[in-house]
Amino acid sequence: MEMTKEQTQALIDEVLEVYPEAARKDRAKHLAVNDQANAGSKCITSNRKSQPGVMTIRGCAYAGSKGVVWGPVKDMIHISHGPIGCGQYSRAGRRNYYTGLTGVNAFGTMNITTDFQERDIVFGGDKKLAAAIDELEQLFPLTKGLSVQSECPVGLIGDDIEAVARQKGEELGKTIVPVRCEGFRGVSQSLGHHIANDTIRDHVLQPNEGKEFETTDYDVAIIGDYNIGGDAWSSRIILEDMGLRVVAQWSGDGTLAEMENTPKVKLNLVHCYRSMNYIVRYMEEKNGIPWVEYNLFGPTKIEESMRKIAGFFDDKIKAQTEAVIKRYREQWDQVIAKYRPRLEGKSVMLYVGGLRPRHIIGAYEDLGMEICGAGYEFAHNDDYVKTTPEVKDATLLFDDASAYELEEFVKKLKPDLVGSGVKEKYVFQKMGFPFRQMHSWDYSGPYHGVDGFAIFARDMDLTMNNPCWKNMKAPWTKTEAADLAKTA
Amino acid sequence: MANVMIQYNEQGELCLYLPKKDLEEAITHFEFDEEQRWGGEVHLISGAIYYIDPMPSRPKLPITVRAKRLQAA
Repeated sequence: MEMTKEQTQALIDEVLEVYPEAARKDRAKHLAVNDQANAGSKCITSNRKSQPGVMTIRGCAYAGSKGVVWGPVKDMIHISHGPIGCGQYSRAGRRNYYTGLTGVNAFGTMNITTDFQERDIVFGGDKKLAAAIDELEQLFPLTKGLSVQSECPVGLIGDDIEAVARQKGEELGKTIVPVRCEGFRGVSQSLGHHIANDTIRDHVLQPNEGKEFETTDYDVAIIGDYNIGGDAWSSRIILEDMGLRVVAQWSGDGTLAEMENTPKVKLNLVHCYRSMNYIVRYMEEKNGIPWVEYNLFGPTKIEESMRKIAGFFDDKIKAQTEAVIKRYREQWDQVIAKYRPRLEGKSVMLYVGGLRPRHIIGAYEDLGMEICGAGYEFAHNDDYVKTTPEVKDATLLFDDASAYELEEFVKKLKPDLVGSGVKEKYVFQKMGFPFRQMHSWDYSGPYHGVDGFAIFARDMDLTMNNPCWKNMKAPWTKTEAADLAKTA
Repeated sequence: MANVMIQYNEQGELCLYLPKKDLEEAITHFEFDEEQRWGGEVHLISGAIYYIDPMPSRPKLPITVRAKRLQAA
């Protein structure tokens, strides 16, 4: 459905009508019509506190630190310090794949918590934390380090987790990172990313500055790839085919040692800019390592990113990259030939975290689909500035949309596919809209890279062309509606 | 006074990053960007104006400096 700017604006106004005046005024700043002529300036308000009473789907700082940045570091144990729920309900939900033996030398999917009780709130939980660290050392001696991920009560009662971490770290001779990522900090998980990045800087990079590491001229680090469904692995194949040496993966399938070695690489490759730009900024200023954003969703962007990365290296890499692109083309041309006719012309609405809506557009366009609405949960101003040129004029943009707004937008825009999180999934499926859960690839993946694109295309086809969508209405309601239509 | 980082973005334009607010804004006007003098008033695309004490030479970017906010966005 083609929309003009006026029509999209009318849609926004209509949806906002139900709110009381103050809420309407605030929410209006978070919804916008894309206007490419306006690129670069402030078009939409973002990274603000959600309205009370309006249902947001954002997460908290703990989710950003433990769930996103620290959690996938596989050879460390991440203690969810506080009551048990935060750790238990977020355990392994993000599907950060890793190699290793869980419980022996890898700990990614385990939930380790100090399980706060009333007593710990009253008398403080530092002793319990120290006891937990000792117990973990006995149970899992192969951990390379630990991180203490604070939950809300720890900040509220003012425990000194830094002191415990320092003392125990000296005692055990291991890196113990205290992370002050209490859930109440900030407006969304975005601050949790920032806090986690700062702790990596302070407790991992700075103490290991002089560490010896044998380098080559082609060392790179993958930053901000969480290996969801194996994403980092399929990205790594591309980079290694180009002749580069991937020294570290931050943080999907990553290790503490890899992180310590990162300041020696020649180039940092940033996939998730929103969650890891802080650390590459630091390494650029401190170690003089350039960084570059890249995007491995869909052939067009893969090709573009490969050339962009190769541009930082010598002619040998550039030549090899061209040869590899030629080989890849044969692969993805087959995928496009197979799926494009089945998906051509369909529209998609995306509402994901802080990066994917703009990153994944290319992959949809390669399959002949178009974006009719895009929104972020916790993006910042610069993310919207980068989104504007990627989507067509008059596309609906929304920031921190509420459940109500999202439902209304979908009802009005009628996209052929909705991509968002698990909280939205069943609502839209019950409304009869094909849906993909785009946070953890709906139990599928990888979607990055050339191999990932084939899976992506197949999944989109399976979802949208599934015969079940034709059978959403019960047979008796169907005939009644048809009868009514006849008599009318 | 706030810590800000002055850097080039991907397009090679100057931009200012404010870690405290996680804000990245393009710079529309940078008062002294010379070899012998660097700093002064920094105008952002959002309308905010910051002031950096001028330095005697142009530093290597990116650099974190203290800046004073003269005008809010």
